[in-house]
Amino acid sequence: MKTWIFISMFALLPLAGFGQTCESTLTGRVTDYHSRTPLKDATLLLIGPNIEVNTNAKGDYSISKICNGSYQLEVSHPECSTVIVDIVVSGNQNFDVTLEHHLEELEEVNVVGQTVRDKTNSALEEQLKLETIETYSAGTLGDALKELSGVSSINTGANIVKPSIHGLNGSRVLILNDGVRMQDMEWGDEHAPNIDINSAGAISVVKGAAALQYGGDAIGGTIVMEQARIPQNDTIYGKTLINGVSNGRGGNITSELTKSFGEGWFVKAQASFKRLGDHEAPDYILSNTGVQEIGATIQGGRHQFTSGWDIRYSYFTSEIAILRASHIGNVDDLIRSINNGQPEVIRPFTYDLQNPRQDVTHHLAKFKYYKRFEGLGKWNLQYDFQNNRRFEFDVRRGELDGTASIDLELTTHTLSTDFKWDAKEDYQLHVGLMGRYQENFPNPATGVRRLIPDYEKFDFGVFALGEYQLSDMLLLEAGLRYDFNRIDAQKFYQTSRWEERGYDEDFQDLIVEDRGTSLLVNPVFNYHNISATIGGNFQFESGAQLKFNYALAQRAPNPSELFSDGLHHSAARIELGDLRNESETSHKISAAFSKDFDHWGFAFEPYANWIQNFILLEPTGVEFTIRGAFPVWEYRQTDARLFGSDVSAYVNWSDKWKTDHQFSIVKGKDLDANSALINIPAANTRNSINYSVPEWKNFQVSLESQYVFRQNEVPDNITVFSPEQQQDVLLEINTAPDAYHLLGLHTQMEFPLGKNKTLTTSLAINNLLDTNYREYLNRQRFFADDLGRNILLQLKFNY
Amino acid sequence: MKTIKFLSMAVLAGSILASCSSDDEAPEEINEEETITTMTVTLIPDGGGTTITLQSQDLDGDGPNAPEVTVSGDLAASTTYNGSIVLLNETETPAEDITEEVAEEDDEHQFFFVTTGNIASVTYSDEDGDGNPVGITFALTTGDAGNATIAVTLRHEPKKPNDGTLGDAGGETDITQTFNLTVN
Repeated sequence: MKTWIFISMFALLPLAGFGQTCESTLTGRVTDYHSRTPLKDATLLLIGPNIEVNTNAKGDYSISKICNGSYQLEVSHPECSTVIVDIVVSGNQNFDVTLEHHLEELEEVNVVGQTVRDKTNSALEEQLKLETIETYSAGTLGDALKELSGVSSINTGANIVKPSIHGLNGSRVLILNDGVRMQDMEWGDEHAPNIDINSAGAISVVKGAAALQYGGDAIGGTIVMEQARIPQNDTIYGKTLINGVSNGRGGNITSELTKSFGEGWFVKAQASFKRLGDHEAPDYILSNTGVQEIGATIQGGRHQFTSGWDIRYSYFTSEIAILRASHIGNVDDLIRSINNGQPEVIRPFTYDLQNPRQDVTHHLAKFKYYKRFEGLGKWNLQYDFQNNRRFEFDVRRGELDGTASIDLELTTHTLSTDFKWDAKEDYQLHVGLMGRYQENFPNPATGVRRLIPDYEKFDFGVFALGEYQLSDMLLLEAGLRYDFNRIDAQKFYQTSRWEERGYDEDFQDLIVEDRGTSLLVNPVFNYHNISATIGGNFQFESGAQLKFNYALAQRAPNPSELFSDGLHHSAARIELGDLRNESETSHKISAAFSKDFDHWGFAFEPYANWIQNFILLEPTGVEFTIRGAFPVWEYRQTDARLFGSDVSAYVNWSDKWKTDHQFSIVKGKDLDANSALINIPAANTRNSINYSVPEWKNFQVSLESQYVFRQNEVPDNITVFSPEQQQDVLLEINTAPDAYHLLGLHTQMEFPLGKNKTLTTSLAINNLLDTNYREYLNRQRFFADDLGRNILLQLKFNY
Repeated sequence: MKTIKFLSMAVLAGSILASCSSDDEAPEEINEEETITTMTVTLIPDGGGTTITLQSQDLDGDGPNAPEVTVSGDLAASTTYNGSIVLLNETETPAEDITEEVAEEDDEHQFFFVTTGNIASVTYSDEDGDGNPVGITFALTTGDAGNATIAVTLRHEPKKPNDGTLGDAGGETDITQTFNLTVN
C-alpha cells in the first residue's frame, strides 16, 4: 500500500510540475467510524497549500482549485481524534473520511494510567491510580488495594496478603492481570496472588459480581490490573524506582522501558527485584519472615485503530519465609503460643529464608488479536497460558528437611473471544465465549499425602452484556452469563477417613481401587452456574450521581473445598473438604450515592449480600493422633448474609490543605447457625490530612490515621482436650485481638532533570509510633505482634 | 455475517481445546515417610521380674481414628525399671524404625516424661553430643502401690538445654501419649 502511494507519487510528480492542472476539486464526506453518521463541523486541512475547509451539516466538504499531486490531509473534529491521511489528487475526485469519536480509545501520548475506564456502569467500583500503586512499589498488591474503601486483606504475616472485598476473599475474588484471569491456586488462605505490583499501570476493583465479562463467580469482586496505553508515535520512555525499607532491612528496584516505533508497533520490558530480611515487631525480631521476589515482563505487538495484536510473557517468582514460631506441632503447642503472648522462637536478624517457607513461580503468556469492524464494533480473540508451581517447605526430620511438603503444579490454557457492538450512540452489546482447560499435578516426591489431588478441570463460559442510555440522565445495563465447570479428580483417601466422612454411603461408586487401608477414587463433578446483573446509573442535574445494582452470582466449589483432607502442617490443623459441597449462590444489592460540592464531596455505598450454600472453613473440634490433638477445620455450607457500607468524604479547606475520610463496616452472619461469620474484617476508619504546595517542587505531605475497631462478632471458641494438661481447655482460636490505632506519614517532592526527565523522592513512615498490635485477619496473630515502625525511602526516575 | 463467522471459529477452537483427551493413569500412591504410627515403651525391671510394655498405635496416622493405647500389665511397687522407647512407621512394609532417625538427630530431639501418682522418679539414661538428655533410654522408679500416669512426649527442635519441663523446652510435638498405670 505504502509502496503503491510512493510509486504513484513519483508518477504524478511530473504532472504537478507542469502546473497546468490546478483546477482539481476534492469532495467527500466525513462520517463517524462506528455509526456512520455524518460529522458536522469537521475541519479538513490540506497540508502544503494549507487550504482549510469545514464540513456542512451533512458532513460534506469540498476543496477546489488544487493542483494534482500528492498531499497530506489533516481531518479533525472536536469530539474525535485527528487523523492525517495521504492522498493523491488527480483530477476531480471523491474522498471520504471516517473518524473515531470514542475518546477513551485514543492512542494519544497520554499521561500514563489516566485513561482507565469503568468496567461496569452501575456496580460499586474504585480505581487505584499509578501514583498510588508506585507508593506501594516495595509492598504487595494486597497492601495497595487496602487504600480503597471496602477492601481489606487476609494476611499470613506481612508478605502473604490476599485481598478481601466486602468481607470475601480467595476464590470469590477474581484477579485479572492484563486481561488474563489469574490461576494461581487462589484457594488457600496462605496463597498470595502471584503478581508483581510494579507491572500494573492502573488497578480497578469492582466490588461485586457485576463485571460478568471476566467471570460469573466473583461473589466478592473483581480486581482488574491494566497496562498503561502505549503511544502510536515513535518514542522511547521509561522509569526506575528504588525503594529502601527499614523494616526488613532491604528494598526493591523496578525498572521499565517502552519503545514505540510509530504505526502502532511497540515493545515494552519491565523487571523488578525485591529482597527483605526478617521483619520486626516493636519488641522483637519476627524470625524467618524474609522475602525475595523477582518479576519480569516483556511484551510487544502492533496496536492500530482498526486492528492489532500483542504478545506478552511474564514471570514472577517469590520465596517467602514463614514465621518460625507459627510452625507448631499440636493443639498443646497452639495453646502455649496463644497464652505466651510472644513468639517461642526469636533469633537474631538474618536475611536467610529458612523453613517453613514457600517458593512459588508463575509463568504467564498471552496472545491477543483485535479487529474493528466499521459500523459494528470490536472483536477480540485471546489465548493465554499459565503455569504455577508451588513448593511449601516445612520443618521436617532428617534428610526430608530439604524436600518440599507441598509440591503442586497447576497448568491452565484459556481461549476466549468477545465482540462489542458499540456503533450506536444509545446502546451497546457485548458478547463473549470462554473455554479453559486446567490440570493440577501434585508431585508424589514430597512423601506427604497430597492436600490437593490430581485433577483436570474444564470450564466453559458464555456471556452477554448490554447497556442502554435511556436519557441524558439515566443509563441502564444488564447482563447474563452461563458457566459450566467439570472437575475430574483422582484421589487417595484413607479408608478410615472415607468412612468417617460418610462417603461409603454416598460415594461408594467413585471407588476405582481398594488398596486396603487406602482407596483410590475418581470423583467427576459437573456444575452449571448462572450469573446475572442489572443496574443503572442516574446523573442528577445537581451533579449528584446514584448507581444501583443487583448481581446474581454462582460459584462452583474449588478443589480445596472439595478435596482437602489431612494435616496442614504449616497451620497445625486438620483440614477437611466435603465432596457434597455445591455451588454457592449470591444475591447482592448495592447502591452508591455521591455528590461533589464546591469544597467538599462525599460518597455513600451501602450493600447487602445474601449467599446460599456459602462455603466456610472453621474450627469444629479436635482429632487425636499419636502426635497429640489437632484442631479440625471443616468446610461446611450454610446460608450467610453480609451487610455493609463504605462511606468516604473529602474537604478542600484551602488550595493547600485537604482532608480525606473513609469508614467501612461489614457485618457477616451465619443464618443457619445464627452466629457470626468467621474472618469478617472489623470496622475501620482512615483519616488523613494533606498539605501540598505545587510551587515548591510539587511538595506534598500527609499524615494518616488508621483506627481499626475490635471485631466483636466472631464465632464461638472451641473446647479441646489437652493431653498435656489432662483436661478440657478453651481454645481461644476465634477471639479477636484488641482495637488499634496506627499513624503514617508520607511526603514527596519532584525535581525536573532536564527534558522529559523527573526525579521524584518520597519518604514514608508506617506505624509511626511503633505501636504494638495484632490484626484479626492476620493468621499469625496467635504467635506474634504485627510489624513495628517501617521507614521507606523512594527514588523515582522518569525518563 | 463476518462476526458470526469469527464467533463460530472461536467456538470451534474452544471445543477442540476442551476435547483434549484426558489421560486416566492412576496417580502414584504416597507413603508418608515421616509418620510415626507406633510408640512402644518397654520397661524392664532392674533385677528381674515381668517386663511391662506400653504402646500407642495409630495406624491411620493423621486420619480420623484415635490411637489405640495398651498397657501390658501392672508395675511393681518400689522397683526401678530400665526403660527404652521404640518408634515405628507401620504404614510401610517392613515397618520403618524412626528411633534411629531420632538417635541420629539427638541434638534436635528430646523425650519428656510427665508423671502423676505413685511414680517416684524418671531419669534420663542417655545424652546427646552436647551432654544434654535425649530420653530414648531412661530409668523409672515406682513408689508405693496405687495409680499413676506417665505422659511421654517427643519434641522436635526444643530448646536445649532446658529445665526439663515442656513449657520451657518449646519446639514441636512429634508424639505425645499419656498412659494410665497401676502400681501394685
